[in-house]
Amino acid sequence: MSTTRPRTLFEKLWDRHVVRAETDATPAVLYVDLHLVHEVTSAQAFTELRQRGLHVRAPQRTVDTMDHSTPTTRGGFAALPIRDEKTASRVAQVEQLARNCEEFGIALLSLGDRRQGIVHVIGPELGLTQPGMIVVCGDSHTSTHGAFGALAFGIGTSQVAHVLASQCVLQTRPKTLEVRVDGELAPGVTAKDVILAICARLGVGGATGHVIEYRGSVIGALSIEERMTVCNMSIEAGARAGMIAPDETTFAYLEGRPHAPKGDAWEAAVADWRTLATDEGAAFDRSIVIDGSGIAPMITYGTNPGMGMSIDEPVPDPCRLADRAERENAERALRYMGVTAGKPLAGTPVDVVFVGSCTNSRISDLRDAASVMRGRRVADGVRVLVVPGSQQVKRQAEEEGLDRVFLAAGAEWRESGCSMCIAMNGDQLAPGQLAVSTSNRNFEGRQGSGGRTLLASPLTAAAAAVTGVITDPRTLIAGGSL
Amino acid sequence: MTARSWRFASTYVIMPRENVDTDQIIPARFLTTTDRQGLGPHAFHDWRYRPDGSKNPDFVLNRLESRGAQVLVAGNNFGCGSSREHAVWALAGAGFRAVISSEFADIFRGNALVNGLLPIEVAPEILARLIANDAAGEHVVVDLETQTLTLPDGDEVRFPIPTFSRYSLLNDTDEMTFLLDASPSIGA
Ligand code: SF4
Repeated sequence: MSTTRPRTLFEKLWDRHVVRAETDATPAVLYVDLHLVHEVTSAQAFTELRQRGLHVRAPQRTVDTMDHSTPTTRGGFAALPIRDEKTASRVAQVEQLARNCEEFGIALLSLGDRRQGIVHVIGPELGLTQPGMIVVCGDSHTSTHGAFGALAFGIGTSQVAHVLASQCVLQTRPKTLEVRVDGELAPGVTAKDVILAICARLGVGGATGHVIEYRGSVIGALSIEERMTVCNMSIEAGARAGMIAPDETTFAYLEGRPHAPKGDAWEAAVADWRTLATDEGAAFDRSIVIDGSGIAPMITYGTNPGMGMSIDEPVPDPCRLADRAERENAERALRYMGVTAGKPLAGTPVDVVFVGSCTNSRISDLRDAASVMRGRRVADGVRVLVVPGSQQVKRQAEEEGLDRVFLAAGAEWRESGCSMCIAMNGDQLAPGQLAVSTSNRNFEGRQGSGGRTLLASPLTAAAAAVTGVITDPRTLIAGGSL
Repeated sequence: MTARSWRFASTYVIMPRENVDTDQIIPARFLTTTDRQGLGPHAFHDWRYRPDGSKNPDFVLNRLESRGAQVLVAGNNFGCGSSREHAVWALAGAGFRAVISSEFADIFRGNALVNGLLPIEVAPEILARLIANDAAGEHVVVDLETQTLTLPDGDEVRFPIPTFSRYSLLNDTDEMTFLLDASPSIGA
């Protein structure tokens, strides 16, 4: 296709993957380069294939793992003491996945495999995720892979069946939203704070119907791991996907990864990837600009990820909301959370600290958490779980001695998986408990029925772990001990 | 008789909360199923039941007048959060055939449409009128063919539905067939 009109990164990726164009009557058919599959959202899709007598169209583009409901204690399911009804259904589900992969000829990185981990952590670290691709998975945080300049989005189980059978997905074209973060981040402020600030600005449904492209000097200066943290939470503002143009940082991360192209193919790929960036003068449907230099460490105070604030601010008063429905919503959220409008959260005692999830469980996140916990002890009465995103992250952390930092401080050091992010695997809050979590959702009961979640960065989570109360991590840095 | 009727009258249930996320519609601990069936009893589980397992009498779905309602009226941005199609299966299992809101999250909307649960998007004023109304005994009429929603007072409003989804539902065809037809032109 030849065109001279300036195009955005999103438009270039869309155009490259159209198998059949969108019409007034039908959505576009897009080709999928990489389909990631996990145990929780795939069983019914394989059943559908079986019922219709279909096979998997491109097994070599399909990679399965187990992560959501798997134990993060040593020894996997076999080591679990009680095989209660819930454990039994989890075991049945992962066994079903193994049978499905076997029957349909798909690679499975199962529990116990050296490459196992959270689906959005392992795709990138194995080099499966590459610039210019369309990546889908039956999981809303597929947006993570957009950090590489891929168009990556979550799909439902019926669509998982579509992709398995046809390697294509039906989509209506979304709008584009430019989020530019200018300036430079202050010390103690991380990628997680950037995305929490963006979610607070856009609101939980503020980007519905859009694909976000993150741009600006702050985004350009982030490492790939940090970019994944930002793209990961695009869905928390309702966006269908979030993406960042590939650059030297991207190429340097990918080179030499197991599934990355090699030799001449690598050179050719990089040359192609360089053409993906948004053209000068290309138009977005919407744009917002955020001053990155003004972002402070963030924390959420309510029951959706858009309800976030600087950690040194008081909890916003619902009274200031003009819209009645919004006001009642905010009041209900504060009641559920047990927090008081007009008062800061700093100093509030916490019960649990969770460092993990596809948002913040990569090696750089664990290094951040360890930098605060090194030489300190977990405060009395606080339970701290550190859950690496993959077996590879775990091995690297152990090589660097981070596990010993956590264990010496009194934290738990776990096997890889989603763990307390979604509370399907037995790692969960008790009703009423308050947790600072590096994960991405603070919905009611997300981390266990009745549990209360405050989302924050690994630095802020670790600061709460060692002080036992909500703490601005900059106070620990200022003390010179970081 | 095979195809369902796509014009139906029903009482409706009002859940005025905004941003109802899929973790509320079906909590994650019920996602260990490998089936599409059986999730209805767990819809809105943690709002419907108290920690001791007893029904929460204050929750709207537990009220007598909610019985048999096929339409749910909910606040803005319904279905945000996770991609779990289980949320749609749970709502359908609980007897719902349509949800009315002023906005739906993208993935939820797609999931709903493939399963024949109609995401009916109306203007905020219309939603406010429905929410302000005492729903007991009142009916709305949903008509997919004409894409109209008839309010209890007889006013009619049109709602958007993608042409393709509407066609698929009315003709009982599906997206898989369309995709398999569209995709042979490409290599794997
Ligand atoms: S870590 Fe949490 S958000 Fe990420 S894939 Fe797992 S359950 Fe989903």
